[in-house]
Amino acid sequence: MLCPECGKRPATLHFTKIVNGEKTESHLCEVCAQEKGEYMPGFDNGFSFHNLLSGLLNFDMVESESPNIAQPKTVPRCATCGLTYNQFSKIGRFGCSDCFETFRDRLDPLLRRIHGSTTHHGKIPERTKGELKIRRDLEKLREQLARAIESEEFEEAAQLRDQVRSLQERLSE
Amino acid sequence: MSLNQFLENAMSEWMRVKGDHSDVIFSSRVRIARNLAHMPFPMLSTASQSEEVIHLIEEALTKEDIPEILENAELIQMADLTELQKRVLVEKHLISPHLAEESTSGAVLFSQDESVSIMVNEEDHVRIQCLFPGFQLEKAWQLASQIDDWLEKHVTFAFDEQCGYLTSCPTNVGTGIRASVMIHLPALALTQQLNRFIPAITQVGLAVRGIYGEGSEALGNLYQVSNQVTLGQSEVEIINKLQGVVHQMIDHEKQARERLLGLSPIQLEDRVSRSFGILAHAKIIDSKEAMKRLSDVRLGIDLKLLQGVPSSVMNELMVLIQPGFLQQYAGEKLGAEERDVRRAELIRERFGMEKDE
Repeated sequence: MLCPECGKRPATLHFTKIVNGEKTESHLCEVCAQEKGEYMPGFDNGFSFHNLLSGLLNFDMVESESPNIAQPKTVPRCATCGLTYNQFSKIGRFGCSDCFETFRDRLDPLLRRIHGSTTHHGKIPERTKGELKIRRDLEKLREQLARAIESEEFEEAAQLRDQVRSLQERLSE
Repeated sequence: MSLNQFLENAMSEWMRVKGDHSDVIFSSRVRIARNLAHMPFPMLSTASQSEEVIHLIEEALTKEDIPEILENAELIQMADLTELQKRVLVEKHLISPHLAEESTSGAVLFSQDESVSIMVNEEDHVRIQCLFPGFQLEKAWQLASQIDDWLEKHVTFAFDEQCGYLTSCPTNVGTGIRASVMIHLPALALTQQLNRFIPAITQVGLAVRGIYGEGSEALGNLYQVSNQVTLGQSEVEIINKLQGVVHQMIDHEKQARERLLGLSPIQLEDRVSRSFGILAHAKIIDSKEAMKRLSDVRLGIDLKLLQGVPSSVMNELMVLIQPGFLQQYAGEKLGAEERDVRRAELIRERFGMEKDE
């Protein structure tokens, strides 16, 4: 058939698109397909960064599958979104923010390869800044409280306990 | 609709010619990626979770402390737009192709002057973009950061002490920032110097690619230079590095322009005038040729070889002759050949407007 877009060249590319369950079919020649920005098999434009990325990740997999390295028995799976590390390595994207905690042990080499670094040095959200401080203060107070109780300084312990409580309240606000 | 009216609606602030180095840098853009904590990213979220994200952003928009620039901004759902409307927004750089084509529950809001746009449920929950004309990266970052601060008061962003802002793609983790400039390099292209330039830029962690056109081909000698690294450096460091490299590119481009003008002035003037003639009189023109000719004419204007056409018309036309805009202006869907006719018509008409004034 001739390409319906230009009517000149033969339609050599056939696309089936399914969007929200609605199936549409189109037949185009290469020139019109490129104009329309459709995916061109065998051309560069179908190759996304994520293909490259999963290449990086799969490299990890190959390494860990070698017999010299102990295999973890369980596959880590994110409790919030259900993504497994294998799935992540295929699609090259995280499923939710909790994935970072779940896969943390395995992320450093990946981040280093992409960014040359593993530690954030940029902006910190205002509220987190406050929360971080409170959490660190809380840790300190709890240690002091434990010591005060151990050494039977109950007056001080009572004061520390009140401070811990008020900080906890501020955190839960 | 008259072209005049259409232009009034079509033009975004970033298409105007102003800001520093606007003879080489067309626009500066900063976008930052943010996600809500403990919610699946858009790729995995259910319809109701996506709705909740939209609801949370809508709620923030009702707060009294909303930045002035976003007052009266409304969230537009992708589902409510036609394919053509979405395409026009992509061509205006207000939304990404990903939001237009792949997101099922995407939404966007933009400021009146279209310098700020916030995409919701794109690859990340929230993407804040600031787009300014000329070389204004710092200003774009400051505004993006200010909007980020405001939004952060009303929603909790996913943030990790070690990894920074958490994003769907590991390449955005940390600052979540992508800073870029749209740069016009006709003289470096003409003197074959780009092939040496681009690998060097890639080596310092920046990326260069054509804005229109696929692969290595850059239509209209327009390139986008952007940062690739988002983790381990602060936002300001990232922007400073990009600025430093872009300054060098500007210098080289300007030197190349001067050299061309000095060595072969008549050839250059001939090239510019021919392109101007074709644009002013052609009846059929495809986008590839149109972009090439517009680039020549823009160079001619910048070097004062051509008078009578303001350089802003070139910036404008480079956007207006894209397929989505052409069809929007025609008010109907057009095939490739019809588009080539309409494109030539629109360019002639736009040049004609300058004559009348």
